[in-house]
Amino acid sequence: MNLKLSFQIAQTHLLAKKRQTLVAMLGVTFGIAMFIVMISFMQGVNQFLEDSALDASPHVRIYNEVNTQRPSILDQNRSSDSSVNVVYHQKPKQQLPRIKNGLQMVRLIEKMKGVLGVSPEVSSQAFFNNGPIQISGSMAGIDYPRENRLYNLDSRIKSGSFQALLTNPKGIVVGANLAKKLNVNVGDKVSVTTPMGGNLTLRVVGIFGFGIGTIDNIRCYTSISTVQEILGKDASYLTDIHIKMTDPLLALDFGQTLQKQFGIHTEDWGTANQAILAGKKIRNVMTFVISITLLVVAGFGIYNIMNMNVINKLKDIAILKATGFGSSDVVSVFLLQAIIIGVLGGVLGLLIGFGISYALSITPFDAGDMLSLKTFPVIFKTEYYLMGLTFGVITTILAGYFPSRKAAKIDPVAILRG
Amino acid sequence: MNVLSASHINKYFFEPEKFQVLQDVNFEVKKGEFLSIIGKSGCGKSTLLYILSTMDTDYEGTLEVNGQRLTGLPQDTLAAFRNEHLGFVFQFHFLLPEFTVLQNVMLPALKLGKYSNKEIEERAYEKLRLVNMVEHTRKQSSKLSGGQQQRVAIARALINDPTIIMGDEPTGNLDKANSGLVFDIFRQISHENGQTIITVTHDPDFANGSDRIIEMSDGRIIRH
Repeated sequence: MNLKLSFQIAQTHLLAKKRQTLVAMLGVTFGIAMFIVMISFMQGVNQFLEDSALDASPHVRIYNEVNTQRPSILDQNRSSDSSVNVVYHQKPKQQLPRIKNGLQMVRLIEKMKGVLGVSPEVSSQAFFNNGPIQISGSMAGIDYPRENRLYNLDSRIKSGSFQALLTNPKGIVVGANLAKKLNVNVGDKVSVTTPMGGNLTLRVVGIFGFGIGTIDNIRCYTSISTVQEILGKDASYLTDIHIKMTDPLLALDFGQTLQKQFGIHTEDWGTANQAILAGKKIRNVMTFVISITLLVVAGFGIYNIMNMNVINKLKDIAILKATGFGSSDVVSVFLLQAIIIGVLGGVLGLLIGFGISYALSITPFDAGDMLSLKTFPVIFKTEYYLMGLTFGVITTILAGYFPSRKAAKIDPVAILRG
Repeated sequence: MNVLSASHINKYFFEPEKFQVLQDVNFEVKKGEFLSIIGKSGCGKSTLLYILSTMDTDYEGTLEVNGQRLTGLPQDTLAAFRNEHLGFVFQFHFLLPEFTVLQNVMLPALKLGKYSNKEIEERAYEKLRLVNMVEHTRKQSSKLSGGQQQRVAIARALINDPTIIMGDEPTGNLDKANSGLVFDIFRQISHENGQTIITVTHDPDFANGSDRIIEMSDGRIIRH
């Protein structure tokens, strides 16, 4: 088998029918360009959603799960298989969402490997009173510098500042939607009541927006000591510890480790954001199904054209065989044509796909002022381009192989005798 | 010296019903012989030629060329054998239309790969000079007249200096003048180069000019 000679013949055949070659090439080009655009855009959307979810939530959250269910004393002392204990109206035990030795734990975890930052919080449900109106929400007492490191709070501020929490012990930073509902602005006063009855009047020093409705609607931030004061607790009272890791994927195992080490309850971002992760999987499947469909359609285009090509070239194939070309030579002549079409069309498709993706990535997109999105989210990754080219070439080889095999099986005698 | 010997060749067609085309055909061809096979349409002469050409392998009996037994060899081995030892000229010229005259002539030699590209080109020029087509080398082969195409086909058949050149009615589609040209070339090849020529023909002038005639009828050789 002489590949160089087969390549020469393939090239001459392709150049002799430029229009047909171009049409076959454009099929691949279109398929691969759309594949690149789809995958870049879809992955961009995935990344954006994941980022916005991860930005606003901790990688690992340590908290004390308050649970009113507990075994009765009778069950604990006298339980056997042969008898049934019945206890009516057992009262729940008084239980606080406090994390024991929270501050020490913060200091310990901070030193652990892979931890980007740790922030202690005191959170509580709260009612915000503005005149006769009561709106429920949640209040988080934070250590501003630590919390800022985790969530980049400063970038979320709409007016006022988080910094004021440090200087103003009666300051509060309110979520944008909550502020709208309460009709308050920076400088206004807000009265906060806890479910336990504690009450305090605070001054709004800032308004923030995460772009996530469930946070902006109900959340407000104040200092740890302020919340401890409203709740009437001591200075060691903590309810939550938020942890961010250098790599979000580490968090899943890290949470388990902490749980065993400290005997506490942890929750990682994967569990907290299952909907987003599931959505990502579904979008990935969708992207691949559509992309592969496009490539298969392009493949059928090539298959048809190559088939026609073989039928048009029956005489030539017979001559080649008569003059001493073997089956493998004939296969390589036609397979090379398909590969040339696939590679050229594929490279062109990558270029066009990149062009469209780039155009999309600079197209302004108005997602509302809540989201930090100015243009369509698009990801550029070399591996998508490699994948596109590989798929494209494999499709064309498959599409070219069957007509080539047919060409190699042609009996020259039948054709030469007419 | 025998360059080709066919012994006890039997061949059947199965479509539309079983029919014996060749019945116990035996003959030998000597080196440098110019042989014509004649006979009425349907007598089996073309079928015999394609068996001799090694392209048709569905027959009984044995075929030897150049002292090598070819019966039963795999297709690709036969293709390589054809490339080196056999040249073909068909009734319908059969050049590759997208290629130039020169490329058409060069292809079998490029496939053989015995000489460098430059040598092959020189040899192709030499063969084209022999058939008097040297001024058309750069033309696309589809732009030539029928007689010119047939001469290019002969040059192509000669490029690897094959032992045997086979023709399936090589003058069947040509006028008197062109037939004469083709005949003269064949004669020159066989007498000056010592290459063997086996042609199937309907043309009595062509056959009478050759060294030896085999006449066939109903699948048998009736005169040789």
